[in-house]
Amino acid sequence: MSRTFLLAFGIFLTIASSITGLVIIPNWQFQELKPVVKLDGTRYPEVYFGDQARGRAIYINQGCIYCHTQQVRMKGYGADIRRGWGTRRSVPRDYLVDQPHQLGTMRTGPDLASIGARQPSVEWHALHLYNPQITSPGSVMPRFEYLFREVRGGEMVSSDAIKIPLGRQIGDATHIVPTDRGRALIAYLKRLNQSYPLPEANQ
Amino acid sequence: MTTETTPPVAEPEFKVRVEVDGSSRPVVVLFWGSSLLWLIIATLAGLISSIKLHSPEFLGGIEWLTFGRIRAVHWDTAIYGFGGLAASGTLLWLQARLCQVRMPYQTLLLVGGVVFNIGLVLGTVGILMGYSTGVETLEFPLWAMPLLVVPYVFIVIANFTMYFTKTTKHTYVSQWYLMAVTVWFPILVLSAEACTNLGAVDGVAQAIANWWYGHNVVGLFATPTAIAAAYYLIPKVIGKPIHSYHLSLLGFWSNAIFYNWAGTHHLTGGPLPAWTITLGVVGSMMMFIPVITIGINHHMTMLGSFHLLRTSPTLRFAVMGSMIYTLSSFQGSLEALRSHQEVTHFTHYTIGHVHFGMYGFFAPLMFAMMYYGMPRLMDQEWSSARLIRIHFWCTLVGMSIYVIAMCYAGIRQGLMMNDPSIPFLNIVRFTVPYLAMRTVGGLILLTGTIAFLINFIRIITPHKYTWATPTLLDTDRDWKKLLAQENAEKRGVQ
Repeated sequence: MSRTFLLAFGIFLTIASSITGLVIIPNWQFQELKPVVKLDGTRYPEVYFGDQARGRAIYINQGCIYCHTQQVRMKGYGADIRRGWGTRRSVPRDYLVDQPHQLGTMRTGPDLASIGARQPSVEWHALHLYNPQITSPGSVMPRFEYLFREVRGGEMVSSDAIKIPLGRQIGDATHIVPTDRGRALIAYLKRLNQSYPLPEANQ
Repeated sequence: MTTETTPPVAEPEFKVRVEVDGSSRPVVVLFWGSSLLWLIIATLAGLISSIKLHSPEFLGGIEWLTFGRIRAVHWDTAIYGFGGLAASGTLLWLQARLCQVRMPYQTLLLVGGVVFNIGLVLGTVGILMGYSTGVETLEFPLWAMPLLVVPYVFIVIANFTMYFTKTTKHTYVSQWYLMAVTVWFPILVLSAEACTNLGAVDGVAQAIANWWYGHNVVGLFATPTAIAAAYYLIPKVIGKPIHSYHLSLLGFWSNAIFYNWAGTHHLTGGPLPAWTITLGVVGSMMMFIPVITIGINHHMTMLGSFHLLRTSPTLRFAVMGSMIYTLSSFQGSLEALRSHQEVTHFTHYTIGHVHFGMYGFFAPLMFAMMYYGMPRLMDQEWSSARLIRIHFWCTLVGMSIYVIAMCYAGIRQGLMMNDPSIPFLNIVRFTVPYLAMRTVGGLILLTGTIAFLINFIRIITPHKYTWATPTLLDTDRDWKKLLAQENAEKRGVQ
């Protein structure tokens, strides 16, 4: 009986030690981290609100994380910065408002930590999400056509409609209009930007 | 097997075995049977994901089946559906056999098995509908989780009950691993859920908790169960004791201590304090100790008995599993090194490694358990030797194609990504043929699983064609042949 107790207790200790070492201690270390106040009075990182928050939920439920990371590795380790995916490495403070985290572990597609800075155009994002072949021929990204309403030839074109480039049209759709969900996802992607020079990123 | 052929001395022991197996039958067959259905679902989901990655138009435009959802369904049904149910069935039956006690709480466990399956269905549909939590390996929506956790508590209780009422004097090495799984897994799941989806921890600390879990669900749940199976099956089938008791002790404790810490290598290069990653790398390197010890113990036991691989289905799968355990663990430890991760971290190489471990080591050992256990539980032999051969070769060949294609493509992909002069889309185009090869590998694996499922359905349905001897691989025994023969005879009589 005492041997059994010893076995069970030993087994328990092994997992308790790793929870303490890998989860509790790092979390405690990050407790002091706070957003920085920028010169213009705004905070970095700012909490997600409105379309950005809704867009983040869409990013999560479409499973973007399975092909895209949101973390830039330091200079000299991989080529993240030289590929233009960021201007500096990512640091813990960049993720203060992220719940759940979307760091990702796979780069079937490029890193998105600063996609908002790299691709500031709504039109680019809309066309890319609607049909990746328009902006990135050869891409294996799925089409998220259900985040857009197709406008066919002859229909009235609203002011927020985006023209599909000639030769890239599928069927008789000439324009696309982002749905509420599409607009939210684009707002989230445009917000992704780690270019603010946090001091600890240079250490 | 009949009582006449059993030596009189062993008769009381034989009676115990009949008692143990008879009481285990409903529970274990439910767990194993449903695990196979989930394996089919997981494989189909994997195939759809795989095809989508080289032909993105395949089933395009259906939001439920978009890559990011079906990919999550693939892994979750594989690890919880197939892995969870197959491992739990194995755990319960092995513990009952090694303790030589009747299966306790049969009704509770049966209800638990059904509830667990309902939880899996809800979780899967939840992800497809867009209710994924977005935390890798813990994607099932929170409202499905109680249906998975509560049945597991029943399993833990049954496991401890058996252990404390055991009629044997000794504790066999497999039982240490089974005890460990039942202590680890509930703590693992509950603390990981608390730290991620319940929000006890956020930001990058949550990423550590996520990968502490993601790595440990394989290392502290799938791996120990499969090692327990290998420790049980190899000596059983070849009739020799395990090579060394002391090595198994060292292997168990070093595995228990070091595996826990290995998970953070999934975040190498990420926005985390360097020491957390270093711990993960050190943990992964230290894993050489248990892996080598367990490897020596399994392979040295096999030494001199390799000729039995020609005939025994159980042994073939068990030895495949234990050999690939050694290989994939070596691969995994090396993969954790920072210089290795610089190239392979964000590539298909990781996917290749996961499948090497899950389909080369864990799954074959679960198959071996079923090939050994089902004839004893059902008192009926496997109906077709050919279907077993198809299953084995499809598993080995399909898995090899998959792993080689993904690992090679992953290394090239990583090297190209680290060269900024190569446009990203060129890298994507480079990987496409290898992604197509993966689909071929997946199709072969599916063929093997279907062959196994047919054999499994036949062994659980009562039929009159039984044999007194086990179905060995070098025979051409087939249920259908007997049927055809009988029909021919009938026609002859008419």
